[in-house]
Amino acid sequence: MSAMLLAAGSAPTHEAVVFWILAPIAVIGALGLVFARSAVHAAVLLALVMLSLAAFYTAEAAPFLAVVQVVVYTGAVLMLFLFVLMLVGVDSADSLVETLRGQRVAGAFIALGFAVLLIVALAGTLGSFHSHGLAGAQGEKGNVVAIAELLFSRYVFAFEATSALLITAGLGAMVLAHRERTAPRRTQRERMLERVQRGGAALAPLPGPGVYADHDAVDTPALLPDGSVALTSVPEYLQIARVDTRADAVDRELEAGA
Amino acid sequence: MSSESVIHTPGFVPAHGVFVLTFLLVLIPALSAAVLLLGGRRTNAWGHLLGCAAPIASFVIGLVLFFSLLGKDANDRQVDQHLFSWIPAGSFRVSVSMLIDPLSAVFVLLITGVGSLIHIYSVGYMAHDPDRRRFFGELNLFVAAMLLLVLADNFLLLYVGWEGVGLASYLLIGFWTYKPTAAVAAKKAFLVNRVGDLGLSLAIMLMFTTFGSVSFRDVFGTASSAHRGTVTAIGLLLLLGACGKSAQFPLQSWLLDAMEGPTPVSALIHAATMVTAGVYLIARSHPIYDVSNDARVLVEIVGAVTLVMGAIIGCAYDDIKKVLAASTMSQIGYMMLAVGLGPGAYAIGILHLLTHGFFKANMFLGAGSVMHGMNDEVNMRRYGGLRKVMPVTFWTFAAGYLAIIGFPLTSGFFSKDKIIEAALDKGGPEGWILGLVALAGAGLTAFYMSRLMIMTFFGNRRWAKDVHPHESPSVMTSPMAVLAIGSLIAGGLLVLGGSLQHFLTPSVGKSVEVGVHTIAPAVLTALTLIVIAGGVAAAWWLVARKPVPVEQPLNVTPVTWAARRSLYGDALNESVFMRPGAYLTRALVFFDGRGVDGAVNGFAAMVGGTSARARRSQTGFARSYALSMLAGATVVTAALMIARVG
Amino acid sequence: MSPDYYLYLSAVLFTIGALGVLIRRNAIVVFMCVELMLNAVNLSLVTFSRMNGNLDGQIIAFFVMVVAAAEVVIGLAIIMSIFRSRRSTSVDDANLLKY
Repeated sequence: MSAMLLAAGSAPTHEAVVFWILAPIAVIGALGLVFARSAVHAAVLLALVMLSLAAFYTAEAAPFLAVVQVVVYTGAVLMLFLFVLMLVGVDSADSLVETLRGQRVAGAFIALGFAVLLIVALAGTLGSFHSHGLAGAQGEKGNVVAIAELLFSRYVFAFEATSALLITAGLGAMVLAHRERTAPRRTQRERMLERVQRGGAALAPLPGPGVYADHDAVDTPALLPDGSVALTSVPEYLQIARVDTRADAVDRELEAGA
Repeated sequence: MSSESVIHTPGFVPAHGVFVLTFLLVLIPALSAAVLLLGGRRTNAWGHLLGCAAPIASFVIGLVLFFSLLGKDANDRQVDQHLFSWIPAGSFRVSVSMLIDPLSAVFVLLITGVGSLIHIYSVGYMAHDPDRRRFFGELNLFVAAMLLLVLADNFLLLYVGWEGVGLASYLLIGFWTYKPTAAVAAKKAFLVNRVGDLGLSLAIMLMFTTFGSVSFRDVFGTASSAHRGTVTAIGLLLLLGACGKSAQFPLQSWLLDAMEGPTPVSALIHAATMVTAGVYLIARSHPIYDVSNDARVLVEIVGAVTLVMGAIIGCAYDDIKKVLAASTMSQIGYMMLAVGLGPGAYAIGILHLLTHGFFKANMFLGAGSVMHGMNDEVNMRRYGGLRKVMPVTFWTFAAGYLAIIGFPLTSGFFSKDKIIEAALDKGGPEGWILGLVALAGAGLTAFYMSRLMIMTFFGNRRWAKDVHPHESPSVMTSPMAVLAIGSLIAGGLLVLGGSLQHFLTPSVGKSVEVGVHTIAPAVLTALTLIVIAGGVAAAWWLVARKPVPVEQPLNVTPVTWAARRSLYGDALNESVFMRPGAYLTRALVFFDGRGVDGAVNGFAAMVGGTSARARRSQTGFARSYALSMLAGATVVTAALMIARVG
Repeated sequence: MSPDYYLYLSAVLFTIGALGVLIRRNAIVVFMCVELMLNAVNLSLVTFSRMNGNLDGQIIAFFVMVVAAAEVVIGLAIIMSIFRSRRSTSVDDANLLKY
């Protein structure tokens, strides 16, 4: 395994297999990200791409980066995206109509040209390049130790600077997301008064589900003292036929019993 | 050539003693003009007095300098007063210097003497004009410029004076600014003069390239050693300038129209002085004409042609001033003929110039007096029988009349006959043609001047209803009387003992009496008198026997018809120059408006249109900017690739 | 298969991300496409580190991840505060630089 990891030159077959399976998946995921209608779908597809990239890092003798990719990037950054999507609204979908004339055509054309250009340039330059592999750089120390040695000796200043950057970013997020209260916070007393004056609302706390019922599942409604079903005890989205069937079953049992 | 024509080189003596006053001759009238013109209405009360005092002061100084010159030895009579260096530009050095020598001295006396008399006359003539002060200011300006012209010692300074008199002439012809005809006439005079000025300025430029200098001393000193063709060209260009200023053919059309100005202006500028500037120029530049025979012959021809033209035109006009103007044109033709005859005859031309100054100014002032009494009427068909009513005017005018026709012993007798004699003495076909032309001109002169006298002072009274002719005040008649005396005796005095010719020798070369005359002088004189008598008789026959019709008769000979139209001079100018010029300017305006402006405006519109389209790319959307960024990145990558590969 | 193929893959992913930035209007999705581009670059960095035989590429990729994390934090906070006032996350809203 480490032989595969440390070998460079032309990649061994295992690596080729990994590449040729995951590369199309990454590309399709990227395309899906770009063309997905719902933003949440796009986020999930981005997660797919990032995970396949983590696999690539592993194949290329960069296990530390692979783990960081999964933990930081996919785990933290992408989840942050999802949280914001939640706050902004998951149904804020783009309409498919393009408002700028010719943007799609021109964009596709130029992007294609750019890709072709890059690939041709790379192919032309790298034709005779012999890749060295990381055996010399890492050797017996292992990837993490080697990175640590570099990070805390040569690049320690950049390291400290990025830590300052992270602190600043945190502060910035707090400042930006802060909402000044324009009115004082409604106290519990005020909310209660409001609720009472609104009228028509039940003043007593809602019964929990399953009280006085023969099951304590979430979708089992509670029974009121007179034996009728308290519909408000079951969450709305569960108020499907089940409630009624359960109520019917209870009625039948009661009838059977009585 | 049977004479020497040499300026006494290098005989320019620097100014000393009383000659340091020379520059005052120009400065005093110039200062007076400045005061009067810039002072404005505040100077109205005493403006005319200052205006008269200035030329009188210059005349006094001129007399002093003249007698000082007489007192000097004949070889020392060219005094040069250097004032200051004007244009020290590399090899082109021009200084403001005054040259007082016999030629310029006689001109100074003529200009300031006759000028002073006309200034005094104007006090009375312009008495009712509210702009009288401005008149005197402009008249003084003229005197200053004319004096500068004759006193300059280099061609560039002469050109300054030349332009100055042109300006003064324009201002004075158009003096009555409310008269549109006067404005048109002033413009015409200026424009035609401009054509002549072009010749003079080209001549000056040619002089500079040929001789390296434009001062008289240098040009005349080396004229004989320069290339003959160049000297001929200079001579022809100078002739062009002279034709413009002296109203000679082909630039004669402005003189008759210039009579729109007040009569004193016509007397001073367009009879006695400015129009003689051309003759002065040619006489002064005689070394050039001595070298180039072709240019000299052309001078003669121009003079002869104009002589006849002026005489024919003068026979047909009814406007008294225009007849006198045509007469001026003709007499200057005589002067040109004289100076074109070559060395030996220059002094004769100058003699005629001086006598003409007297009698023509005299007759113009007389015409002004007649107009003054006849409510400014100029049409002679409305005159008649004024002899009894305006006797002083009649007798002074008669003196001038006798002089111009060449009545024996008057000044014109001496000067004009000498010209005819000198022309015939030239010998060969040239001499015969010119002499006979001059003789015929004398006859025509007698005819039209007699016609003028008869129509104005004799015959039936054809006055308009509200006209009450009266004699003019003495402020006007006194100058006329002085000039009348001059008309009668000046010629004789100047010719006595050949004094003028001898006096002018240092300036214009020796005047030569030819040994063998073509026709004996006595015979010639008799012949001339017969011709003159014939002219007078013809005038009496045609004009005096029947009452003069008040309406101009229309069934006349073709010659009269043409003469009434100035021998189609104006029509020719109009069709050859004016109309093509007008078409050209119209075409150029069209081209400029549509073509040039169109191109510029089209370019501006194109820029505007392009930018209006180009700015639409600024949509404001971040995504289109992102698109252009990506496109740019692609281009840069491609360029790098090509740079690597290529 | 040589490591070059990773580079081609990285180029392809990068252009897909760029295309997404051009085409999508939802600000959060655009941000996700930017993240995709960053990831593609990370992949090419790691590949280059392997090809050159030293770990500098991996170090850089590590820093890229850190900085990207900080950037996402701030960017999303901004998007949220914009959303609070405008109730819309369209990128096309900011077009005041229009001619």
